[in-house]
Amino acid sequence: MATTTSISPSARIKRRSSAHYRLRRRVRKGALGLLILLVLAYTLFPYYWAIVSSTKQGAELYTTAFLPALNFGYYRQLFDNPVFMGSLLNSVFVATGTTVVSLALGIVSAYALGRLDFPQKRVVLMAILMISIFPQVAVLSGMFELINALGLYNRPSALIVTYLLSTVPFTTWILTTFIREFPRELEEAALIDGCSHFRILTRILLPLMGPSLASTGILAFILAWNEFLFALTFMLTDENKTVPVAIGLIGGTTRYEYPFGQIMAASVTVTLPLIIVVLIFQRRIVAGLTAGAVKG
Amino acid sequence: MWFGQSPRCLSTVSHDHEPAAVQARWRSIVSLIGFAMASIALSSVTKAYGTHTVIRGVDLQIADGEFIVFVGPSGCGKSTLLRIVAGLVPASSGQVLIDGEEVTDVPASKRGVAFVFQSYALYPHMSVERNIGFALETMRLGKDAIRRKVETVARMLKVDHLLARRPRELSGGQRQRVAIGRALVREPEIFLFDEPLSNLDSDLRMEMRIEIARLHEDIKTTMVYVTHDQAEAMTLADRIVVLNQGSIEQVGTPLELYQSPVNRFVAGFIGSPRMNFASLAAGLEAGGFSLPAGLVADGGQPVSIGVRPEALSIVAEGAGRMNGILERIEDLGHEHFAYIRLSDESIWVVRVAGRPPVERRNQPVGLSFADADIFVFDSEEKRMDHRSSGALPEGTPVGGRSLHER
Repeated sequence: MATTTSISPSARIKRRSSAHYRLRRRVRKGALGLLILLVLAYTLFPYYWAIVSSTKQGAELYTTAFLPALNFGYYRQLFDNPVFMGSLLNSVFVATGTTVVSLALGIVSAYALGRLDFPQKRVVLMAILMISIFPQVAVLSGMFELINALGLYNRPSALIVTYLLSTVPFTTWILTTFIREFPRELEEAALIDGCSHFRILTRILLPLMGPSLASTGILAFILAWNEFLFALTFMLTDENKTVPVAIGLIGGTTRYEYPFGQIMAASVTVTLPLIIVVLIFQRRIVAGLTAGAVKG
Repeated sequence: MWFGQSPRCLSTVSHDHEPAAVQARWRSIVSLIGFAMASIALSSVTKAYGTHTVIRGVDLQIADGEFIVFVGPSGCGKSTLLRIVAGLVPASSGQVLIDGEEVTDVPASKRGVAFVFQSYALYPHMSVERNIGFALETMRLGKDAIRRKVETVARMLKVDHLLARRPRELSGGQRQRVAIGRALVREPEIFLFDEPLSNLDSDLRMEMRIEIARLHEDIKTTMVYVTHDQAEAMTLADRIVVLNQGSIEQVGTPLELYQSPVNRFVAGFIGSPRMNFASLAAGLEAGGFSLPAGLVADGGQPVSIGVRPEALSIVAEGAGRMNGILERIEDLGHEHFAYIRLSDESIWVVRVAGRPPVERRNQPVGLSFADADIFVFDSEEKRMDHRSSGALPEGTPVGGRSLHER
């Protein structure tokens, strides 16, 4: 009993000429390009301004010339400053240490939370998330006691311990999501192939986790590199300070001079390692994204 | 060579048609690898996740070198049962024996079975060569030995030109071959397949089906194969195990299941299109059918009947045993399916070879079938034997054209 239903004219889709849609597509493309330029200018200009300012000397600083003066005097001063260079090394140590430890903890806990079934799983996941809710100031005094009790006061390793508070929650969460989506059959195939759990982790899981390890690693590194409050509180002497604090403590030759140029030179110097790290890992992320799925 | 068959040469798959040289080469490859066999026994195996029971007490004996196929609707536990055999899922109770040895609690990595996954589960970050050889690497075999074995297997599976590629660079069929190669290279005593062909398109599926049958013929290893595909089950299996809701409904050769299913479930599950059912109480009286007196043995109340689509034929209205309206015809070229609406609104399918009867849509028609083709089920849905003999009479083909004669 096939009945043919006729479509009433009002139900038809209205269609305009092809030229109309072509024009619309071009306008959209142009608008998108404009928007990208705007965003780039907004995000990159401050850094560009820092570079420009860092190469200007004395009164030049108060002019609004957009081109760098290419006077690298402040940089020379900076590299001759042993305290600043020392703080750079401290920062590298702290940021790398934080990244490594939080990734190691993150992988282990993510494997448990993503793969094993235990009743308190949800509670644990929520608790981990809760940790990152508290503002740093709120835990500052408690942390101070902890650092003292551990005998780590005025030692860079104290910063690694405290930074874990903010890095471990998100590394665990991101890696848990990854492991959850990791095809179980791959692990089973490795089991069938005679692998122990350790071998599965090192030969199958870790190589495939490269991209997510890289992205969480970058985030943890940046967070540890830029942290100011804990670094200011827990480090007493100059030789143990990290870069953000060291920059904050750069002083002028007189108490009425604000060493703007020096600070800008230091800021630029401090950002370079971050850019290098991101660029290195960026390639891994892109390479990992194309690694291909289980079925096709 | 058997794994290089294209669909076009399917008619020449049997060994007799092959040049002797090719056969000899194949034999030599098989003898190079050398496969052992093993029997499998399951005794009252159960599996429960919390309160949800997936497997309810399965007993099964699988002989050396047998090809067993598990079929059943989705969620019947067939994959779980296979995983229990593999050791990937621990049984809640019961025993698993391989070659008479209890292995219930032996982990998958120590059981020495091979498993081919539905998704192939190739390691995406390894080349084909390392994928195949990974198990040997884990066994700490020497580099040269691994290379030799991987190359032998790759030649067998016709993937030897792909050894340097990554899985993502392979087509579905090639991935399937690599997955089988990974299983083959370990010379396992038992091969387990979990719906290995369900991700392939139909042409390739048929090709691989024949190649798997060939593989079994050649290496004669015990194989257990899970599928929901009728054709795979009927063509590959020595014996089919029909599972439903975690229990075995029937175990038997494909023909046994087709010709004498123990109950309505198996009758409906085996055969495509599925068997037509009708209850005796209401609909059939209206449809004009009544069960011939004395057709089935005493000792039970016949409740419903079933007739296979291929046992039915369309006749003029009133001339058959039932009447209905011819509602739709699906013409497949070599045969056609006619859908007939009975008076109780159920639809019966008729499968007829050749050209469809034209100009009869929405017309009343009659359905005719022989007594021997009627499956009768009692109130517990068990099939009741016909009076004349134990099962359906041997030699009297079901409806004159059974599946296997096509």
